[in-house]
Amino acid sequence: MRVNFTVNGREQQADDVWEGESLLYVLRERMGLPGSKNACEQGECGSCTVRLDGVPVCSCLVAAGQVEGRDVVTVEGLADYAKQRAEHGGCGTGACGTSLDAAKQWEARPADSQTGEGTQLSPIQQAFIDAGAVQCGFCTPGLLVAADELLERNSEPSDADIREALSGNLCRCTGYEKILDAVRLAAAREGEAV
Amino acid sequence: MAGTTAPSPAGVPTNVTQGSQTKGGIGESTLRPDGTLKVTGEFAYSSDMWHEDMLWGQTLRSTVAHAEIVSIDTSEALAMAGVYAVLTYDDLPAEVKNYGLEIQDTPVLAHGKVRHHGEPVALVAADHPETARRAAAKIKIEYKELPLITDEASATAPDAVLVHEGRDDHHIGHVPHPNIVHRQPIIRGDADEAAKKADVIVKGEYTFGMQDQAFLGPESGLAVPGEDGGVDLYVATQWLHSDLKQIAPVLGLPEEKVRMTLSGVGGAFGGREDISMQIHACLLALRTGKPVKIVYNRFESFFGHVHRHPAKLYYEHGATKDGKLTHMKCKIVLDGGAYASASPAVVGNASSLSVGPYVVDDVDIEAIALYTNNPPCGAMRGFGAVQACFAYEAQMDKLADKLGLDRVEFRQLNAMEQGTIMPTGQPVDSPAPVAEILRRVKSRPLPPERQWEVADGDADVRELPGGLSNTTHGEGVVRGVGYAVGIKNVGFSEGFDDYSTAKVRIEVINGEPVATVHTAMAEVGQGGVTVHAQIARTELGVQQVTIHPADTQVGSAGSTSASRQTYVTGGAVKNSCELVREKVLEIGRRKFGSYHPAWATAELLLEGGKVVTDGGEVLTTIAEVLEDEAVEIEAEWRHRPTDAFDLVTGQGNGHVQYSFAAHRAVVEVDTELGLVKVIELSCAQDVGKALNPLSVVGQIQGGTTQGLGVAVMEEIIVDPKTAKVRNPSFTDYLIPTILDTPTIPVDVLELADDHAPYGLRGIGEAPTLSSTPAVLAAIRNATGLELNKTPVRPEHLTGTS
Repeated sequence: MRVNFTVNGREQQADDVWEGESLLYVLRERMGLPGSKNACEQGECGSCTVRLDGVPVCSCLVAAGQVEGRDVVTVEGLADYAKQRAEHGGCGTGACGTSLDAAKQWEARPADSQTGEGTQLSPIQQAFIDAGAVQCGFCTPGLLVAADELLERNSEPSDADIREALSGNLCRCTGYEKILDAVRLAAAREGEAV
Repeated sequence: MAGTTAPSPAGVPTNVTQGSQTKGGIGESTLRPDGTLKVTGEFAYSSDMWHEDMLWGQTLRSTVAHAEIVSIDTSEALAMAGVYAVLTYDDLPAEVKNYGLEIQDTPVLAHGKVRHHGEPVALVAADHPETARRAAAKIKIEYKELPLITDEASATAPDAVLVHEGRDDHHIGHVPHPNIVHRQPIIRGDADEAAKKADVIVKGEYTFGMQDQAFLGPESGLAVPGEDGGVDLYVATQWLHSDLKQIAPVLGLPEEKVRMTLSGVGGAFGGREDISMQIHACLLALRTGKPVKIVYNRFESFFGHVHRHPAKLYYEHGATKDGKLTHMKCKIVLDGGAYASASPAVVGNASSLSVGPYVVDDVDIEAIALYTNNPPCGAMRGFGAVQACFAYEAQMDKLADKLGLDRVEFRQLNAMEQGTIMPTGQPVDSPAPVAEILRRVKSRPLPPERQWEVADGDADVRELPGGLSNTTHGEGVVRGVGYAVGIKNVGFSEGFDDYSTAKVRIEVINGEPVATVHTAMAEVGQGGVTVHAQIARTELGVQQVTIHPADTQVGSAGSTSASRQTYVTGGAVKNSCELVREKVLEIGRRKFGSYHPAWATAELLLEGGKVVTDGGEVLTTIAEVLEDEAVEIEAEWRHRPTDAFDLVTGQGNGHVQYSFAAHRAVVEVDTELGLVKVIELSCAQDVGKALNPLSVVGQIQGGTTQGLGVAVMEEIIVDPKTAKVRNPSFTDYLIPTILDTPTIPVDVLELADDHAPYGLRGIGEAPTLSSTPAVLAAIRNATGLELNKTPVRPEHLTGTS
């Protein structure tokens, strides 16, 4: 079958999709967007989390056919999505959320590392790097999408809020402490920037 | 040259040492060079590999644990549209049909019989993964089931079926039964005689469940057939060269025709030490002439790698009234499952570290690993030391209680220190601050009680056991506090030639000196690539460092395991950088030596892209020294050698270095429902030297959390009647979520080990040891239950098991 949908702001068409294919498979194997990860493919780990019409979902549990005509944001589009949200005073599609000032949020790093130089990142992406929340990185894309969605609706989350929002995302490397740090950091930077 | 205090020619006291003025060197929390790629989704993991025209490989695995294969019929599968190949044992191309880390006992595809549930029997390549799955399901295999070996009793019974017949490996000569892979006794002093001095004796029997590494990136990779008849393999592994040694012979290819490149690795924790899909993908690629990708799903991943050995541990300790340990006897039985994997080395660790970080002169120790029809077990973070720590720390609490002593003070009274002799006779010749790390975790203020209480006497259920399940508002909830400490060896032990190789290059690009570090080290998330860049900056005084992708075009880096990579490959990078630096200075002396006497008389350093004297005088720039020339050196580096353990007495200088961590766990238990919430899990660890403090803390917190997992939730359940795995999914095998994981305060000590590069200590595993027994001790403290098995489940706390 053919599926038409929007991915990261661009209209896409996938052909010869088998009816049993998941959105995750179509993104990874047909759209060339392997950023959404395949850690369990059974909706337990959250590594494949994307926004579907703004709602965070496990893309492994969404049949490709279900996204016909809908809007998907993946980790690859997260920086643009956050920028759009900041510029348009709402979510990436301009329809929801709180106003942010993207220009002030992004902080260049000192030149003692190649990390973060020259690439425009969303505040949450930058915070994950800065806080040491990335080790193997396999859980990172899903966590970023989920954490970004949390900060979109709650700019000053408590630790309990963060834990609740990220409870569907497994990480095996970090013990989550640095992930909490990263979300706190991103929230603090956005707070300063507003 | 570093650390020199000789006066400069000008007579000014010197204070400049190599690397001291270069930013981004060792000791700084520089950020990951792969961080941006990992947060943008561009980092290419092994499951992200894609090739035009590629096929998908699928493994068919045995549905029974122990059976003869009567027949295999592949005809229906082969006839399916979209299927390119179906392979069984009969299709293997070379004389060599088995592989293995130490003992080559593992068939590439089952031959004649299967020895465990989930053993690979056949392979399919097709143009869509679903086609491959359906084709595999159409392969008909007729099994004739055999009796099962599932534990020590069935393995060593007089009429026991042999899991492996005709063993000819180098352990068969010293094991008491062919169903025992390896046995390592350690006898020192006279435990029976020493026991007579004991005022109290404590005996205990402990059970440790089977833990899964549960790395998130599934086993996966892409094999691309080469025009020369060879194959290019992109894969996630912990040790490229070890894989290569096992892959090439079964493909019937010389090693140079199997070109391996490390893809992005989504965690490892020991589970990628063994081969998984590597050989299968290569076989299908060579057979079809097309690139073949294999990606396990989570279900298959539970069958696709070895697990942590479940264990039974029998301990006896004695102590005098004044709290001194008199002796220790133990027997540790590890279930190695159907294939040897790393079992012999795990036995060596369990045995040699069974006494823990304590002084005990009289010991009688025995550790064995069994061959059974359970899932194969091998390497996982902590490697044999984890199981022992769980048991000896429970013993320590029981002894202290029996003596009426404080549990921490009792441990401190018996803590090893620098100079202590291990049960193996090996002296501990670097700092061993066991008593101090215990003091540090104990002296932390305890988290406030009843944190769940909010205004109006209501409860925030998120802070309570059961969480948002809303199972209690504080009724039946009790608190407990527990302590534990552990000892882990660093590096490969028992005489293994544990070297690493680094190729370092320096050249001038756009007027700036740039260093390139090329090793075969598997970056699995630990941050080795970050540290390599830091070492190169420190040793070469440059800002720009490029980390070359890891592949087999450079010598072996050894395994990313045993907490060894920063020590050994870090050491190799340091060594190669020093050789490169000498070469650069030599070129400088040749070109500029006549212009300034300091070239001949002073200690010269590379700092900030310049050649400087140890007095800080700038002589020239690296760019001017090198011009168009590049300096490149590839060299192997070794830590000091170790010896094998004597097979009868266990004596021998078997270990390179030790790593120590202590934990304090604070838990709250809903005693009515048996639910546990860990409130805080603090850790103190000696790291020798933190090359990257941020990464060090990240490793400690991650290791601590894996220990927490096996304390309260993680266990692969193997049906004792069928030897089948009952919970191969993240629905049924639980790992800690962010809600299960408490705050983990970390206290880092840096007591240098003079034998190691920069004084560093391998750190990755030690926190995985003591975290489990600390949580268990806290639950015992809260409930008063004995709890001799981990993980603890609700039924163990409510008496309903």
